[in-house]
Amino acid sequence: MSKPNYTRQLDFKNGRVEMSYGSGGRAMAQLIDELFARAFDNPYLAQGNDGALLPSATGRLVISTDSHVVSPLFFAGGDIGCLSVHGTINDVAMMGAMPLYLSAAFILEEGFPLADLKRIVISMAQAAREAGVPIVTGDTKVVEQGKGDGVFITTTGVGVVRDGITLSGDLAQAGDKILLSGAIGDHGMAVLSQREGLSFDAPIVSDTAALHGLVAAMLDSGACLRVLRDPTRGGLATTLNEIVRQSGVGMLLHEAAIPVHQPVEAACEFLGLDPLYVANEGKLVAICAAEDAARLLEVMRAHPQAVDAAIIGEVLEDAHGFVQMTTKLGGRRIVDWLAGEQLPRIC
Amino acid sequence: MKYVDEFRDGELAKIIAANIVREADPNGHARSPLHNPLVKQLANRLSPRAGKSLVIPQAGRAQRGGRSQAIESLRESQFNRIYRLMEFCGGHTHAISRYGLADLLPASVRLIHGPGCPVCVLPIGRVDQAIRLATDQGVILCTYADTLRVPASDNLTLMRAKAGGADVRMIYSTQDALKIAQAYPQRQVVFFAIGFETTTPPTAVAIKQAQAAGLKNFSILCNHVLTPAAMHAILAVEGGVALDGFIGPAHVSTVIGSQPYEVFAHDYAKPVVIAGFEPLDVMQAILMLIRQINEGRAAVENEFTRAVTREGNTKAQALVAEVFELREAFEWRGLGSVPHSALKLRAGYAEYDAELRFGCEYVAVPDHKACECAAILRGQKRPQECKIFGTVCTPENPVGSCMVSSEGACAAHYSYGRFREVTQ
Repeated sequence: MSKPNYTRQLDFKNGRVEMSYGSGGRAMAQLIDELFARAFDNPYLAQGNDGALLPSATGRLVISTDSHVVSPLFFAGGDIGCLSVHGTINDVAMMGAMPLYLSAAFILEEGFPLADLKRIVISMAQAAREAGVPIVTGDTKVVEQGKGDGVFITTTGVGVVRDGITLSGDLAQAGDKILLSGAIGDHGMAVLSQREGLSFDAPIVSDTAALHGLVAAMLDSGACLRVLRDPTRGGLATTLNEIVRQSGVGMLLHEAAIPVHQPVEAACEFLGLDPLYVANEGKLVAICAAEDAARLLEVMRAHPQAVDAAIIGEVLEDAHGFVQMTTKLGGRRIVDWLAGEQLPRIC
Repeated sequence: MKYVDEFRDGELAKIIAANIVREADPNGHARSPLHNPLVKQLANRLSPRAGKSLVIPQAGRAQRGGRSQAIESLRESQFNRIYRLMEFCGGHTHAISRYGLADLLPASVRLIHGPGCPVCVLPIGRVDQAIRLATDQGVILCTYADTLRVPASDNLTLMRAKAGGADVRMIYSTQDALKIAQAYPQRQVVFFAIGFETTTPPTAVAIKQAQAAGLKNFSILCNHVLTPAAMHAILAVEGGVALDGFIGPAHVSTVIGSQPYEVFAHDYAKPVVIAGFEPLDVMQAILMLIRQINEGRAAVENEFTRAVTREGNTKAQALVAEVFELREAFEWRGLGSVPHSALKLRAGYAEYDAELRFGCEYVAVPDHKACECAAILRGQKRPQECKIFGTVCTPENPVGSCMVSSEGACAAHYSYGRFREVTQ
């Protein structure tokens, strides 16, 4: 039996990330062995090569990548770790694909506590295991203190789409119905409520979740689905404007039909934000043929991740590409692209 | 949401809307709205004292501003007339746009978005000053959030200055700025104090606290402005102004009370109805304004009785008066230089005045030539009548003040209402 290359185990209680953890030497090998390989443990990662050799898959391939930067790193309902797994799985799933494998790349800041890193990695591992999508390859780099925000994680996902399914943002047609899987704004407000200088007590929990199970159920329903999107950054409003632009259509939403949890609504009110522009990490928007909308809604509501699903509007013919909304008061307004960043109003 | 949803009730909105139609439509065949028990109930709930308006005695005042003449002309023109109502506050503009209230009003009721948006009225030169403090003096500049996007000279904003290395920090309260000053005793911390009477008392509190704590590295760039002065500036236009009444400020009035608006009813014969920021508040205020106009009255009425009194918050007023004094004049974006329209620190608090501490003088920068903000703010033009609206001037690249914040007239129309031009 060969001796290990190192004698002292990493101190996951008080230790911190050092520059050597990204240098390619023994210290890096130790971090990979004692943390990443142990947590993510799967046969592809165990191959120990520069890449993972994967079995052949049937169907068209989908690949998607997403970088995760979030402050704070830990928030009610999740952390950057599980978020980085869910986010990429969802991007793959929104293509109508079954996600199969993930890769993960870490940029760590020198001095970042190993205890926090471990917590994040374990959360990632757990999220991947629950989703049934292994993290099969990865990379770690370390940047000097002050040149990173603790930890940045980039994940890439690969999946397959079965024949007969084609989802795309440019397929929305006038007359189609717009469905939303549940209440909006939970993730963004959960993060914001714990941000430095703004912490307020609110019973708001991030909705971060992997949605490929829900997507599979929706695809199995046989409903004529045209577009699936997860309204993450920029919120529901941004996602719908993207679809409108891609498809060259317009939309009419009904504010009263869009579910928003009360604490989220109240926190948005308090900060002068609009929940339509607040990020979600466990919700999806579906656009389907009008005749299939009721059936699809039923299937969604039967799934635990979409019990509050609702039909929130229709796709219209509109050369101007407006997303319009009938308000709770009975008026109409545009739900526009966000100009810059959503910033709180003064009074 | 508790306490708020009842002021956002779509069914009640329809009832008020129907009453507005009846009131603004002299040939209407409908019954008087007060016969409707639901409306009565609503009117009571919204404003228990709505009926008891602060009517100002007319006798002996006719010589001031030709009031009686104005009332006469109001009476004459009440049939088939247009009701041009200005909501002064950005908060109202936001509520009107956000809830699409224009769709609930008859065509004869036209809402004009006023200048009561703190970031919109901030002139370029003032933002330049803040940027200079952050870049040239190396201070930590603390600012409220939507100030970050206000365009300044050289295609800069505070946000771009930050990207270029300036230490600009977004804060939610003046207390945050004080905390930063305490945390960085070696650095100078400047709070970019902007806003109307609503945000002035917290600044006054911060100054008092800084004094009590002996903070030597804290100062403010004072840009606090006054609502009544701006209303004067709008009304005191030669040849009169295209306005029939004001939806009066909500939060500002909680501080200054309703009394300061009485002069507008007296001298200019313009009705003022102070309204809360919820959509039903605005609807009810519009109804109350139209009634006043139809009855030929010009009074200050208070729809927002749940928060506003005639005297206002006297404690806050006293604190503000202790710390601040009037500036001789202040330049507003869109309105130009307006006398006695802003505040500066009193001599006793001069050490907290960043303009003095850093010798950072205000340099006026003219607004864009094609920009029609001034006419739009006075109700003489609509946003879509400006040549650069939606082309050169958009929320992403605002040229004029009204396009800066979602509360500004142009930005509100662009972001929420521009479909009306193409679908009607």
